[in-house]
Amino acid sequence: MTSVSTARRRLALSRFWAEFRHHRGGVIGLVVLVAAVLLALVAPLFISENVTSVIEGVGEKWAPPSLSEPFGTDESGRSILLMVWWGSRTSLLIGFLAALLSIVIGLVVGVAAGHFRGWPGAALMRVTDWFLVLPSLVTALVLAAVLGGSTFTIIMAIGITTWPATARLIRAQTLAVEARPYIERSKALGAGHWHITTRHVLPNVAPLLLASTTLEVASAIVTESTLAFLGASSNKTSWGTMLRASYDFGAANEGAWWYILIPGLAILVVVMAFTLVGRALEAVLNPRLRRAA
Amino acid sequence: MSETTQQARQPGTPGAGLLELDDVSVTYRIAAGEVPAVRGVSLTLGSGSALGIAGESGSGKSTLAMALLRLLPKDARIGGRILLDGEDVLAMKWGRLRAVRWAGASIVFQGAQHGLNPVRRIGDQIAEPLLVHDLARPEAARKRVAELLDQVGLPAWRARSYPHELSGGQRQRVMIAMALACAPKLIIADEPTTALDVMVQAQVLTLIKELVAEHGISLIMISHDLSVLADVCDRLAVMYAGRVIEHGPSAEVFHAARHPYSRALAAAFPTVGDPASRMAPRGLGGDPPDPMRLPGGCSFHPRCPVALDGCASLDVELWPAGPDRTAACVHVREKEEAS
Amino acid sequence: MTETQTTAEAVATTGRALLEARDLHVQFSSRGRRARAVDGVNLAVGAGEIVALVGESGCGKTTLARTLLGLERPTSGEVRYGGAPLSYSSRALKDYRRQVQLVLQDPMGSLNPRHTVYEAVAEGPRIHGLPDEREIVTTALSRAGLRPPDRFFLRYPHELSGGQRQRVVIAGALALDPKVLIADEPVASLDASVRGEILALLLRLRSELGLSALVVTHDLGLAWNIADRVAVMYLGRIVESGPVEQVLTAPRHPYTQALMSVLPESPERVVLTGEPPDPTRIPGGCRFHARCQVLASGQAAEAGVDARCRGELLDILPAVPEAQTACHYAATTT
Repeated sequence: MTSVSTARRRLALSRFWAEFRHHRGGVIGLVVLVAAVLLALVAPLFISENVTSVIEGVGEKWAPPSLSEPFGTDESGRSILLMVWWGSRTSLLIGFLAALLSIVIGLVVGVAAGHFRGWPGAALMRVTDWFLVLPSLVTALVLAAVLGGSTFTIIMAIGITTWPATARLIRAQTLAVEARPYIERSKALGAGHWHITTRHVLPNVAPLLLASTTLEVASAIVTESTLAFLGASSNKTSWGTMLRASYDFGAANEGAWWYILIPGLAILVVVMAFTLVGRALEAVLNPRLRRAA
Repeated sequence: MSETTQQARQPGTPGAGLLELDDVSVTYRIAAGEVPAVRGVSLTLGSGSALGIAGESGSGKSTLAMALLRLLPKDARIGGRILLDGEDVLAMKWGRLRAVRWAGASIVFQGAQHGLNPVRRIGDQIAEPLLVHDLARPEAARKRVAELLDQVGLPAWRARSYPHELSGGQRQRVMIAMALACAPKLIIADEPTTALDVMVQAQVLTLIKELVAEHGISLIMISHDLSVLADVCDRLAVMYAGRVIEHGPSAEVFHAARHPYSRALAAAFPTVGDPASRMAPRGLGGDPPDPMRLPGGCSFHPRCPVALDGCASLDVELWPAGPDRTAACVHVREKEEAS
Repeated sequence: MTETQTTAEAVATTGRALLEARDLHVQFSSRGRRARAVDGVNLAVGAGEIVALVGESGCGKTTLARTLLGLERPTSGEVRYGGAPLSYSSRALKDYRRQVQLVLQDPMGSLNPRHTVYEAVAEGPRIHGLPDEREIVTTALSRAGLRPPDRFFLRYPHELSGGQRQRVVIAGALALDPKVLIADEPVASLDASVRGEILALLLRLRSELGLSALVVTHDLGLAWNIADRVAVMYLGRIVESGPVEQVLTAPRHPYTQALMSVLPESPERVVLTGEPPDPTRIPGGCRFHARCQVLASGQAAEAGVDARCRGELLDILPAVPEAQTACHYAATTT
């Protein structure tokens, strides 16, 4: 019997893939994503953190793109290409972990607020609303400044300020699921809160969550860059800190367009890829959108 | 009331019924292939009479009703001929079809809750077709709305209400008033009372009966409840798997059905007080067939309690089954031939 | 309160009730007003008995059913099972679930579309941690008429017909081996030809397993088809109850008479007028008086009870098996 159910699951997965394949944007995004993540993972095999060190910068300063330095160099003669490559590790790490944190908080709060109606749910929603109306960028800046600059701080700052949107989304979906008669039937069968939320609510919000996670990663990467640009960084090279440095050292005055453009493009491409994948996932997994299509 | 209505009122072929269906078929084309929803239905409806179409979900009864006014989605293909007042509905141009949909025939759907716009007053919604089709000026339209509300038993001040202020039965009355707005000759009512309580259902059915009797409006009523249809309609057609399998005067079809499926449908809603049905609910084994995999021969044979060996291969058609009656069952043919 | 005490004692004397409601009240607040959805109900379901609870939408029959299941807490009064009042501690409720089970109207909605038939039927046994889950599921499915059971294990609800889905829901309830089934409009959304089969299944479960049932419905034909006793509910109260043969062939309450008269076969129709019943505004006197055809036609005045109809409250009917009715007019004509 287990073999039959795994076969069913495999079939569902292949059906999902068959449908996902039709979204060309999603497939392109996925390819870009996989490439970006693989590159970030294998980076230590080829280069080390030294490429970001000012002392190790041996090349010519402000060198425009050439055959030896395809993306040019910065104010200390460091290779922009190698720095963008190394910086992707920080950017992606922060993006993924911050999104994960935000999703986990949002999921727990959202499901709880939707499941426990009455005052516990109402109280949770008030807290959510309170976080929602906080200007998230300012809060993140303050948090990062107060907690001190480290990768962990930045992740916390982004995660804590972005979960309310997810919580609202999950709560709405939870309410919709809990209104279905099968929840009533399940209660009559003797199901408790844990059973109902894990067996009925979670599987129903999971697809939505997957799609929103990918979008969340994209926005976390942008937020990280913004924070870094505004001065709250993890003190490690990321795409955001590179942009900040290009500004600090007057890359625009030097005519070093590559210093601004390359990290910017890196952010754009990765964020775009996440967004494309997220949208495609949403279209495939969200039954309401699927029916409309 | 202006020209459009006048046109719709022009007599068709003399002597013919108001509505004639000739070998009508509807096929849906979906990814997995073709789904025959209606397979060769021929029916006639005279002016001022009421025809009931009975059947279960998937029998094609609602598809047939929608086909009458070409209200089906694009992936549906309609075959055969539908003559409304002598005019071929399938050959009509778009503009003419729109005029006919209001002035010639209109539909009352089930689920009155969803048929009304929640943010508009019901008077405006009833008047809408009159104004859109330029059948009346605003002042006259208001008078007509009051008239219509009166016809369906609602006070005129209700025109200023919003749908949520009305009960389910009142909303269904408003839907009927909307259908009556352009004085159609034919009303098609698709399960008009399904979602309503028994008491309200009785009120709405009484209203429909009065409209047919007093205003000479023809009616096609669709339901899965044979007893309701027998109550309101003159004639009954029972559909199964896209075909009419029995047709005749409603009292006879209801009380002395010749086709085993009609008998089962009639028995499904028992007469309270009838000792035969006490503690003996009757139904049919099995389920309605999948239109993509219809059984061969008589499509009812897998569920038929009186099926013969030959039923799986025999092509059934509507055979005469007494005066003014037909039924598509081999037992009927044999009996009639014997007599 | 003293008056209700006596009715409660009357119930106790019948003795054989398995599941009963004693002087049950359930109130909600709706848009600032209190809705008395269930407003004093005594009702008993005996072992192996099928009782039909009949009424229009909004009469409180579904609320009553949910309260009997322990899904809703009564404002006052109590639900008793096997002679003991129902306790609302979560442990006691969980045990109670194994005794009293639910079947809902819409079988498509009552099954999680992502769960297979096996998972749907096994849900109850898993919640209660019963051993031999597979065995239980197999038995439950075949008792519900889905044979051979293993052919249905891995099907999803959307692959089944309406009748099969309702059988899966019933099997899910049977998996806990309950003593009472509470079915809320069990056939209302099913096809006509399938309806009889599901009702026959309920009768068969009664004869084979001794299962009692409370069937909530608006359909008097259904009551005639399968029920031993019928209780007619209007605006939160039972207005007439008794054996089906008696109540449905010779109804004594004007409301029951009106319900009977609108059945398609009946010779003469009494279509009630007046506002539809609203549980936030229960009229004084007899709660039916504003729509009562007997009062409107003057018959009640002839019998000299019209003033009582308008002003005098009726006692809550006790949960006795005999035919009884809560009507001033009917009381004068016996």
